[in-house]
Amino acid sequence: MQPFTSLTATAVPLRAENVDTDQIIPARYLTAVTRAGMGDGLFAAWRYASDGAPDPEFVLNQAQHAGAEILVAGRNFGSGSSREHAVWALTEYGFRAVIAPAFADIFYNNSLKNGLLPVALPEEQVAMLWDLVDEQPDTVIVIDLAAQTVTLPDGQQVGFAIDPYRKTCLLDGLDDLGYLLSKGPQIAAYEQQAG
Amino acid sequence: MKPQTLFEKVWNAHVVAQDEGAPAVLYIDAHLVHEVTSPQAFAMLRERGLPVRRPDRTFATMDHAIPTRDVDITLWPSDAATQVRTLRENCQDFGVTLFDIDGPVQGIVHVVGPEMGITQPGMTIVCGDSHTSTHGAFGALAFGIGTSEVGHVLATQCLLQSKPKTFAINVEGELGPGVTAKDIILAVIAKNGAAGGAGHVFEYRGSAIRSLSMANRMTICNMSIEGGARAGMIAPDETTFAYLKGRPHAPQGADWERALARWRSLASDEGATFDRQLTLNADQLQPMVTYGTNPGQGVPVTGRIPSVDELEDPAERRSLLSALDYMGLRQGQAVAGQPVDIVFIGSCTNSRIEDLRAAAAIVQGRRVAGEVWALVVPGSKAVKAQAEREGLDRIFREAGFEWRGAGCSMCLAMNDDKAGAGKYVASTSNRNFQGRQGPGARSLLMSPIMAAAAAVHGRVVDVREML
Repeated sequence: MQPFTSLTATAVPLRAENVDTDQIIPARYLTAVTRAGMGDGLFAAWRYASDGAPDPEFVLNQAQHAGAEILVAGRNFGSGSSREHAVWALTEYGFRAVIAPAFADIFYNNSLKNGLLPVALPEEQVAMLWDLVDEQPDTVIVIDLAAQTVTLPDGQQVGFAIDPYRKTCLLDGLDDLGYLLSKGPQIAAYEQQAG
Repeated sequence: MKPQTLFEKVWNAHVVAQDEGAPAVLYIDAHLVHEVTSPQAFAMLRERGLPVRRPDRTFATMDHAIPTRDVDITLWPSDAATQVRTLRENCQDFGVTLFDIDGPVQGIVHVVGPEMGITQPGMTIVCGDSHTSTHGAFGALAFGIGTSEVGHVLATQCLLQSKPKTFAINVEGELGPGVTAKDIILAVIAKNGAAGGAGHVFEYRGSAIRSLSMANRMTICNMSIEGGARAGMIAPDETTFAYLKGRPHAPQGADWERALARWRSLASDEGATFDRQLTLNADQLQPMVTYGTNPGQGVPVTGRIPSVDELEDPAERRSLLSALDYMGLRQGQAVAGQPVDIVFIGSCTNSRIEDLRAAAAIVQGRRVAGEVWALVVPGSKAVKAQAEREGLDRIFREAGFEWRGAGCSMCLAMNDDKAGAGKYVASTSNRNFQGRQGPGARSLLMSPIMAAAAAVHGRVVDVREML
């Protein structure tokens, strides 16, 4: 897994609540047997007009937000389907962090397993970020995972919570599998005792 | 000993290891696999040269991408055919049991697991599918996982999990005629919100829950995820045991007696405490219909769509306006009378034999209205065969419904069963998300009998007027 230590990047405001994983990547893009290529399906219904051309109304298609690596969205981001393809789509497109007031549980877990940092900030901070990034799209935001802070250019800083184990895994780029495999003897003992 | 909840008993019995500062290593008793979220996990095993640790605890079927019309695999869209072939190869190479499309068992993974008796009380069950919560109806701890975690379970039969909190949903009283399990869960989500259960496991309790059949309990647990909870559980009881007895994977003989003794001890102890509680009165529930683009946006069929003036929270207001804009509906509009173009009866929420019987009873002797496209997609081949033995297929066909093969179909529109842009779908499925049932499609979630009534009238009606 790609480690996440800190990120200095611009952000895109996605002013929507309950952005479910069907919006992040519609089911028709899930027919692949590999992880690659999911970026094309990211927000497909919003991103493309009916003729397949980019819809200039959609915020991701606007030139001032090109190259942004932080997505700022409304509450309950990533609800619905467990499809990890949603995370693969976001990371392949170029996002490295999502800021929202709250995330759906499965999406949150899937993000951590792919080096995509989900940052939960209070509702009013998210609204403030939306306004700030709308007014000044070139605003550079710094997310420091070790310090668990989000810092704005004027020095404003806000902290965020993350499970200490998950934090270590992200900082070091460790996935769960190595740890689980190291528990082989305990798993075998459990299986024997449980029958 | 401190009184424990059902969840705590199942959780505690499955913790293999718990290092300081790390999540628990949780043992998984049964792992269900389907064609869409597993290929990348099997590919990871191949890359790392790992076997499936417990192929005997791993069961696969095909449901999401497959067509439900009777067609030749060579005529399928190539991507879906590739996923099917890939799953066959993976199951063969890793020794995993596959309920293949050319066999008698195939169906929606959450219909097949219980039908086969794989789903049992007290188990931990996972699948790369969020509706794995369905299996909680048996008193199992069952939840959806991502593809990375599918790989972890294939390789180690374990997951690293942080312990969720508990949330009791008490439903007391008796449902009125025409009010169903689907209406209970839609009412719970309308009340508690689409994210209200985040970080929690629901336990559905109370006299209204106890009196439900297993199919109805599965409908409720299925939509726990729509209420934000990864899992929902119901304590096993005589209804559960009667359902399980004699199923292919259920314990037999002396093992059955031992299992029963164990299962009877699973219910939450007297005095066990939950982190949160919510209580609903079943007597006051009515048939529910969703009007928006998240499952929390639902009202009784006699009700009206709210207006923004009634909402204080700016996020809720934004959510309502965006939903109504997509749905082409108005603030304050009565939901009854809303015309529908398509009726879909199916999905892991409502495609079991009881669902089809209930819908057929409404349809019998009536006709699908005018231009409505109506289809019934049984949850499994076994459900389909049983329905045909009972003549339900004839009732549906004679009324003008299409009678399909088993699969997920128009619940998520991964195959060719897609609702057109702008079309209104009266659907027994679980998600009314934008474009869920086809790009631009507009879903109105409801119970099977409400969907059947909508098919007959070509609009949303109160099914109680037809009873």
